[in-house]
Amino acid sequence: MIVELGHMALIIALVVSVFQTIIPLYGTACQQARLISFACPAAIVQFTALVLSFGALINAFVTSDFSVANVAYNSSFLKPMLYKVSGVWGNHEGSMLLWVLILSFFGASVAIFGGNLPEILRARAIAVQGLIGASFLTFIIFTSNPFARLIPAPIDGRGLNPLLQDIGLALHPPILYLGYVGLSTTFSFAVAALLEGRVSQLWARWVRPWILAAWVALTAGITLGSIWSYYELGWGGWWFWDPVENASFMPWLAATALLHSVVVVEKRNALKRWTILLALVAFAFSLLGTFLVRSGVLTSVHSFAADSQRGMFILVLLSIAIVGSLSLYAWRAPKIESSGTFLLISREGALVINNLFTVTGAGTVLIGTIYPLFLESISDEKISVGPPFFEATFVPLMVPLIFAVGVGPFLAWKRNNLVSALHNLIFATVCLVVVFVCLLGAPIGAVFGMALAVWLMLAVLTEWAKRVRLFRVSLFASLSRARLLPRSAYGMSIAHFGLAVFIFGAVGDNLYSTEVVRYASPGDKIKIAGHTLTFQSVTKQLGINYDAYVGKFVMENGQVIESERRFFPVEGQQTTEVGLSVRPSGDIYTVLGEAVAQDKWTIRIYYNALVVWIWIGTALMSVGGLLSFLDARLRIAL
Amino acid sequence: MISKNYRLGMLIGFLAFIGTAVALVLIAFEDSVVFFFTPTELQSKQVNPERRIRVGGLVEDGSTKRGPADAEIRFKITDGNTTVTIRYIGILPDLFREGQGVVAQGYLQNAVFQADEVLAKHDENYMPRNLASAMNK
Repeated sequence: MIVELGHMALIIALVVSVFQTIIPLYGTACQQARLISFACPAAIVQFTALVLSFGALINAFVTSDFSVANVAYNSSFLKPMLYKVSGVWGNHEGSMLLWVLILSFFGASVAIFGGNLPEILRARAIAVQGLIGASFLTFIIFTSNPFARLIPAPIDGRGLNPLLQDIGLALHPPILYLGYVGLSTTFSFAVAALLEGRVSQLWARWVRPWILAAWVALTAGITLGSIWSYYELGWGGWWFWDPVENASFMPWLAATALLHSVVVVEKRNALKRWTILLALVAFAFSLLGTFLVRSGVLTSVHSFAADSQRGMFILVLLSIAIVGSLSLYAWRAPKIESSGTFLLISREGALVINNLFTVTGAGTVLIGTIYPLFLESISDEKISVGPPFFEATFVPLMVPLIFAVGVGPFLAWKRNNLVSALHNLIFATVCLVVVFVCLLGAPIGAVFGMALAVWLMLAVLTEWAKRVRLFRVSLFASLSRARLLPRSAYGMSIAHFGLAVFIFGAVGDNLYSTEVVRYASPGDKIKIAGHTLTFQSVTKQLGINYDAYVGKFVMENGQVIESERRFFPVEGQQTTEVGLSVRPSGDIYTVLGEAVAQDKWTIRIYYNALVVWIWIGTALMSVGGLLSFLDARLRIAL
Repeated sequence: MISKNYRLGMLIGFLAFIGTAVALVLIAFEDSVVFFFTPTELQSKQVNPERRIRVGGLVEDGSTKRGPADAEIRFKITDGNTTVTIRYIGILPDLFREGQGVVAQGYLQNAVFQADEVLAKHDENYMPRNLASAMNK
C-alpha cells in the first residue's frame, strides 16, 4: 500500500512539475500576477510529493519488502539497518529518485528563502527548475521506476554489493548530489536572467549564496568520495583521474570559476555574459557527469551495472539542455551589457585569470575523459587515458593559477599596483626558494609543488596579517580588527589556505609514499618508512552478514591495526577491509591478502605520506565556502 | 577607456595561453595514452615493450600459480583464441576469479605481461566493456 502511495506521489510530482514550468512562464509572458504567483506553491508541493515518495521507498527497504523489485535486487534481511537505508541510493533507480528529490529541494528553497527576489525572476527560475524536474521525473517513471513490483516476491533479496556496505555510501552520494544538483539553481537563475535580458549587480548578489551552497556541498561530497576510495582496495586510491571522478571534478572546476566571476559582476558590473555562460556550463557538466556515471559508456572502476537505453535517455536530456540553453544564450546574451572595463593587473584581473585557468583545466579534463569514447566510435582503437595524461596537462596549468591565488587578494579593484602587491610577498617568496633548495634531489616537479604549497600558505597568512595590520598597530588593536573582518574575508582566506594544505598533502603523498608486498607469518616484523610493524596474528571472526579473517598488526608504540578479509555468503562475494593508522606525517595502511600456506599470508603495507592533509585541505575549503555563505551581507540576499 | 594596444596585448596573451594548453594536451596524448589489446592482438601486432598498455581477457581455469618470489602470481588470460601469461606481484582484487574477466596494466616483456596493476570493478557481473566488444566480434 505504502509502495503504491509512493508511486502515486512520484506521478503527482511529475504532473506538478509540468504545471510549475508552464503556468509561471505563461504568466510572465502575459504579465498575469496570479499565474506568476503559482510558481512558489507548486515548487513546495513538488518537493513534498517527492519527500513522500522517497520516504515510501526507504520504508520498503527498511521493512525488507521484497515484492518491490528494487528492494529484492539490492537488499536482504540480514543487512545492517544503516545499509538498508543507504542501500536506497546504492542502485540506479533509488539514486535517480534522490537526484530529483534534491532538485525539488532546491526549487522549494528558492520558493521559501527567495522572498527578496523580484517576483518575475523568482517565478522564471522556479519554472526552469520545474522543467528540469519534469524531464528527470519522466526519465524515472518510464525507464527506472523504483516502485516496480516483483511477483512472486522472493523470500530473501539478493543483497547489496558488499563493497558498497560502507559508511561512505551513506554520506558520499547525498552530499555530492547536493552539490551536483545545487548547480541547477544557478542554471535556473541564469536562464531567468537571459529571459529577462538583464543582469544586474543585484542579480550577482542574489545568486552568490546559491553558488556557494552548491560549491560547498560539491567540495565536501568529492572529499568524502576521495576518502572512501582511499580506504577501499582496488579503487585506485584517493584520486585516480577515473572518468567517474572526473565527472564530479569538471562541475567543481566550473563552479569554482563561477564563484569567482560572479564576484566581478557584483563588484564591478562586468563579465556578465561570461558569468551567465559559466552558470549554464557548470550545470551542463553536472548533467554530463550524471550521464557518464549512469550510462556506463566509459570504463570506470566506480561504475555500477549500467543500461544503455537509460544512457540514451540522459544523453538526449543532456543535449536538449545544452543546445537549448546555449541557443537561448546566443539569442539573448547580446542584450546583456557590461559597463565595466578593466585592467589585467587588478583584483578583477586576477579573478579573470582564475577563470581562464580553471575553465581551461576543466577543458583538459573533459578531453581526457571523453576522448577514448570518441576514438572508439570513429576507429577500432581502444585506449584509456589515465593519471599520466592529467598530470602532464591539468597539473602544469594549475601552477600559474596558484600564483594568481596568492597575489590576487593583495591587488585592489580597478587599480594597477602589482609592484606593491609583490612587495608584500617577499617573505613568502624567500621561503619558497628555501624550501625548494632544501628538498632538491627529489623529482623537480614535486619539489616545486611543495615549495608552492608553502608559498601559498604564507601568502594567505601575510594577506590576513596585512588586513588586521598585525605588528603595525598594537596586538589588541589587531585583534579587534580581526574580529571586525567580514566572514566572507575569512571564507576566502581559509579556502585559499585549504588549497595550499591540499597541495602540500597531494604532492607529499606523491613524493614520499612507499610500500612493501611480501609473504608473512604471525610474529614477523616488517619495516616501512622508519616504522616497524609486527604481524601479530590472524583470527577468524563472525560479522552480522559475513565471516572474516582478521589480521592484527602492532606498531612499535603498541597501537594495533586490524585489517580483514570478509566473505559475504548472501552475495557470494569477498571483500578486503584495509587497516589504517592515520597520523599527520603519513598513514600506515595494511592489507591482508590470501593465505598461501598454513600461517603464511600475502600482506601489503603502504606508507602514505602526508595523505591526511589532502582532506584537511579540502575540508578547509568547504569551511571557507560555508563562512562566506553565512556572511551577513549575503544572508540578506538569501 | 582602454587602449587598442592593450586589448591587442590581452588577446595575444590569451591566444598564447590557449595554444600552450592545446600543446600540453597533444604532447600528453602522444606519451601517456594507454592502448588496450586482447591477447590475439598482442600476438599479431608489434607492441613496444617500453610502452604501458592494457590487456584484457578471461582468466583461464586452473592457470593461477604462485611464486617463486614473495607475493608473485602468474595467471593466463584468454580471448578464446590466444592466451597470454600475466605476472603480477601483489594482492589480487577481491573480484578476481578464474573464469571471470580481468584487465591488467603493465608492459609486455618476452611474451610475458608484467602487470603493475590488475583491475576489477564494483559489479559482480563485470565484464570489461573493451573486452566485451572485442569478444563479440
